[in-house]
Amino acid sequence: MNNAIRINDQIREWKEGMTIQDALILMNYTFKMLVVKIDGRLVPKTDYAITTIPNGADIKVIHLISGG
Amino acid sequence: MKHEEYFTHRDPKAFPLWQKAVVGIAGAGGLGSNIAMLLARAGIGTLIISDFDVVSIPNLNRQAFTIDQVGQPKVMAVKHNIHQVNPFINVQTNALKLTPSSVIEKYQDVDIMIEAFDKADQKMMLIETWLSHFPKKPLICASGLAGFGMSQAISQVQYDELYVIGDQSSELVPDIAPISTRVMLVAAWQANLALELLVKDA
Repeated sequence: MNNAIRINDQIREWKEGMTIQDALILMNYTFKMLVVKIDGRLVPKTDYAITTIPNGADIKVIHLISGG
Repeated sequence: MKHEEYFTHRDPKAFPLWQKAVVGIAGAGGLGSNIAMLLARAGIGTLIISDFDVVSIPNLNRQAFTIDQVGQPKVMAVKHNIHQVNPFINVQTNALKLTPSSVIEKYQDVDIMIEAFDKADQKMMLIETWLSHFPKKPLICASGLAGFGMSQAISQVQYDELYVIGDQSSELVPDIAPISTRVMLVAAWQANLALELLVKDA
């Protein structure tokens, strides 16, 4: 598909220069403790604002919740 | 009691693989203490367990400790309890709060790593450290186990070698502890998956 990315199995429009931080805002993922992977590769929390998303990427956002 | 008297009626294919396995457990609280007991009963050969905390009275609602162990380091208490059930298991303990460098140092030789922390920031620390250093080794995490009931909301999600067990949504209500049954469901699921992966990857 042209200009599209997948975030937790939902299709969203891809825009040039889009970062992980932009994607989290787009998805309304406001949770503090997340693990983000682009095409299987870990993106550290410190890199959310500087990591751009390639067109067609498959992004997984895992929510980490206290309790154990 | 001899080794062969103790280990009877075991699965001929799986049990030898479990006996030679080394499984890491990060945390010895609600998840970790129960996971350790389950894996010890199943016949895992070596467990490496880390926790900085001591047993307290509020832990007893869900953690595999007893009243007379209150005040003891959790890793010592869990080791004792494991050996009450299975004397033929190697239990290595670290009474410390895990950091990225100690995770690498203590757990670099495990076959499978299990995340059994309470706090989300510690879960995140372990996942980021693990995926950065040992991306090919399975890491089994827990996320979302507050409350009771809702068993069917618990699921297993796989991201390459990272597995997340839980409902990924139920947050703890302030001042209400996790409840034994749902903690144990997730703990048992994590332990069960570890047994499965040890056989599947062999």
